[in-house]
Amino acid sequence: MTGQLRAATSGFQLATRRNVELALLLFVMVLLLGYAAAVEAAVIEEITGDFWVQTATLGVLFFAAHLAVRFLAPNADPVLLPAVAFINGLGVLFLRRVDYAYLTKAKVALRADFSPWAGLGGKQLLWTVIALVFAIVILVVVRDHKSMSKYAYTLGLLGIILVLIPALLPASLAQREGQSNGAKLWIRVGSYSIQPGEFAKIMLLVFFAYYLVKKREVLSLASRRFLGIDFPRGRDLGPVITVWVLSLMILVFVKDLGTSLMYFGMFVVTVYIATERASWLIIGLGLFLGGAFLAYFLGASVGGPFANFYTRAEIWLDPFADPSGDGYQLVQSLLGLGQGGLFGEGPGNGSPRFIPEVQNDLIFAGLGEEIGLFGLTAILMVYLLIVERGLRTALGVRDAFGKLFAGGMSFTLGLQVFVIVGGVTRLIPLTGQTTPFMSAGGSSLMANWILIFLLLRISDAARNPASTSASARPGVGRRNPPEQLHDAPTEMIR
Amino acid sequence: MSTQGGFNAPLRRVGVVTLVLFGMLFVNLNYVQGVKAKDYRTSDYNARVQTAEYDVERGKIIVGDTAVAESKETTDSLKYLRTYPGGEMYAHVVGFRGVNIGSSGVEKLEDEYLSGNSDAQFADRISEMFTGQKPGGNVVLSLSKGAQETAWKELTGQKLSKTGAAVAIDPRTGAILAAVSFPSYDPGPYASHDTKVAVDAKTKVESDKELKPSLNRAFSDRFPPGSTFKVITSAAALANGATPETVMQAGNNYQPPQTSNFSIKNSSQNTCPEPSITLKQALTVSCNTSFARYAVESLGPDKLKEMGRNFGFEEIPHIERDDKNFAFGVAKSEMGTMSGPDGKVDPPALAQSAIGQREVKMTPLQGAMIAATVANNGSQMRPYLVQELKTYDLTTTHFTAQPKELRRSCTPAISRDLQDMMVNVVENGTGKKARINGFKVGGKTGTADGAEEEGAHGWFIGFVMKDDKPIIATAVFLQNAGKGGSGEAARISGEIMKSYIAEKGLS
Repeated sequence: MTGQLRAATSGFQLATRRNVELALLLFVMVLLLGYAAAVEAAVIEEITGDFWVQTATLGVLFFAAHLAVRFLAPNADPVLLPAVAFINGLGVLFLRRVDYAYLTKAKVALRADFSPWAGLGGKQLLWTVIALVFAIVILVVVRDHKSMSKYAYTLGLLGIILVLIPALLPASLAQREGQSNGAKLWIRVGSYSIQPGEFAKIMLLVFFAYYLVKKREVLSLASRRFLGIDFPRGRDLGPVITVWVLSLMILVFVKDLGTSLMYFGMFVVTVYIATERASWLIIGLGLFLGGAFLAYFLGASVGGPFANFYTRAEIWLDPFADPSGDGYQLVQSLLGLGQGGLFGEGPGNGSPRFIPEVQNDLIFAGLGEEIGLFGLTAILMVYLLIVERGLRTALGVRDAFGKLFAGGMSFTLGLQVFVIVGGVTRLIPLTGQTTPFMSAGGSSLMANWILIFLLLRISDAARNPASTSASARPGVGRRNPPEQLHDAPTEMIR
Repeated sequence: MSTQGGFNAPLRRVGVVTLVLFGMLFVNLNYVQGVKAKDYRTSDYNARVQTAEYDVERGKIIVGDTAVAESKETTDSLKYLRTYPGGEMYAHVVGFRGVNIGSSGVEKLEDEYLSGNSDAQFADRISEMFTGQKPGGNVVLSLSKGAQETAWKELTGQKLSKTGAAVAIDPRTGAILAAVSFPSYDPGPYASHDTKVAVDAKTKVESDKELKPSLNRAFSDRFPPGSTFKVITSAAALANGATPETVMQAGNNYQPPQTSNFSIKNSSQNTCPEPSITLKQALTVSCNTSFARYAVESLGPDKLKEMGRNFGFEEIPHIERDDKNFAFGVAKSEMGTMSGPDGKVDPPALAQSAIGQREVKMTPLQGAMIAATVANNGSQMRPYLVQELKTYDLTTTHFTAQPKELRRSCTPAISRDLQDMMVNVVENGTGKKARINGFKVGGKTGTADGAEEEGAHGWFIGFVMKDDKPIIATAVFLQNAGKGGSGEAARISGEIMKSYIAEKGLS
């Protein structure tokens, strides 16, 4: 092909940047290795001969993922994989650090001989293997992201079912062990539990993206202007209202504001991207806030299904009102973060045992105690980088479905980080979301890695010179194309 | 319709929205980990502070060459467990340091030094950054092991009283040599790392409302001093121009003016039935009527109260290095009012106060201070408990108690007269049981009616001297001891003095 030949000589267009990815991965592995050594030095008071085993295992895994991308999606974004690998690896190593903390002083000698596959950290490492295998399989199977839209209705239905199963299950099978008032987000079978909502997120988004591509004219055309903003006609509000009611039902029956906010936010933002009508954002935000306030006052007056949300809001307003009861989680989270301060206590020097659910919801607080404000800021920056690279992918890809899916996916990931980190730091009420790529748990890790590999797939399409119009524009020189790529016009698929 | 550029503008704005959301996270995180960090770090609910504290071996509290409180390494999640080899005997002085139940006594008073966090240890902390953390500092108490053990053994061994206290002071320095309150409690379980064990133990001790084992009767509770207060009245009389040989009116009854059915009596018809008696003899036999009459007719309330204040009444004796009194809560000994609401003298009140009744209340510590001051030629020393603060290896001393004169309570001449009179009490009077062969022991017994319908309190305050040099002063208090209480108190005082003399190798 002429495009390939020319790129091979000019060096920019076919520079797949896989070597950049590899270099970034190597850098990430060095960081993780340093962290693992620091943890052992602090917790075991010596760096054991095996300190590198988990990091090396992660390194092999990520290298395999890199090879898969190199061969299956050679033009994919080079930053996504290393950025996520960093967060994932840090999660595994921090969970191992939590394992150390739970080995009591009596068993302290065991720390040095603790198997790399034992405990929360070992389990998370195993989950990382499984998640990456699944994600690579997805990359193999989904050769063209547009093909997903063929199964939009099936996936949408499946997604709704997955969200509803825990809500309809008896509490004992849907709540985390020992949390009788907690969110119903799990399906528990024996000692195993999965969080179907993590997968439902992706499936529902496939449906949203497909549906909105079809309906975007209706949703964006007819409108009335009010206060300088175009508002849709009442009858076109139907789908939005439906999703709003659904998300409120989630709030009430799943007992989780975070999940509700996630789905609703995901939907409203995809609608906004599809229609370019800021009014949808305003309507969405208004509806959600109104619903939340309503739930709060119903919880205060009626109680019943709204009581959980009311309690959570009350804890958020004053966590120290009942510091050892209702407010315990948030109080301990804040104390952990405060203990860390600007620089943190140092890897391995904190007291993660004092923070409840430090392996799940409050992992960010546990890390914050040890790596401080600066460390957490770095992690948030990496998350932000992932989200912005995702949005850049959406800008780059040309088909409407891909744009909506990638944009929605990226924003949802960012929203999830906002919901859980905001909850842990008392910006918003604390809810039971996982911290993407970090919290202990296979469902979340698997779903989010699949999400990242789908983004990689889409970004491969966006940057693939074979399918760009670059070859049709022979006059384009080596200096200007990136902007062209990123602002590629939308091709409608019907 | 055209789809050129579609979705890109809103996608960019979604990017901005994400930036805003993350911006909110950053700002909030700065607030939590920056602005509020100190509040959270020092929060009462932050268990890390305590855990960090237990990572370091807390210093010992030492009496003589024995540790009465020390930390032992454990395999618990909290590394060091505080133990109290001193047990009940030292509980009220040493106090306790619990994980979640606060602290008391010297454990509270010298907490910073024991944990290695005092300003004096700053340089050590700097060097520890290179050499690894060292145990906290040791606190050496002024207590005499012999005096403390004897006081404890005698108080718990006597049969007259269920509650009481003993205090001993070095008259020349103010060093507290013994401080016992009984009954006591075992502070061991208070330091348990199991909060439930600690709370249960403390609750059990504090639920005993009758005996109040946690109350430090030596420092923090006050009782009518009875006849021991006649030492103050005698001092006031001497300052008022009297001499030990001044003849006073005696008799079995004294009816103060403005009363009809009230009169001061003596403890028995044989005390001082004769019409007149010298001041020295009045103190020796503890003649109530002569002291009461003298106070009303010759002294007046102002001179009596002034002398009381000179000896330390109406002021908290600060045994802590600063004047905060926050660890021990030493009580103020008081004399109350001896005047009516109109401001005029109330003769019956004055008559009763002069013999240590009515509103006069004193701590055992104050009693020992009176005896010590008399023995120290009228110079009252500030009492103290902490002799030295030393590093964990005892190589460096960060603090050594400097004896400090609180005040001149009376002239040396008056104090010598008082010494003679009090020695006479022990040699020929009510305090015979405190005698020690080869030593000059002086003292004063007291029998005071408490508020309860139980037996009277028994008191003895006294001192021992050799070659005109004071050795030790004591106060022993037996609550509701009834008949024979003051004699038993005198005997116990003698035993405490003897053990200290033996310990010092003076006999």
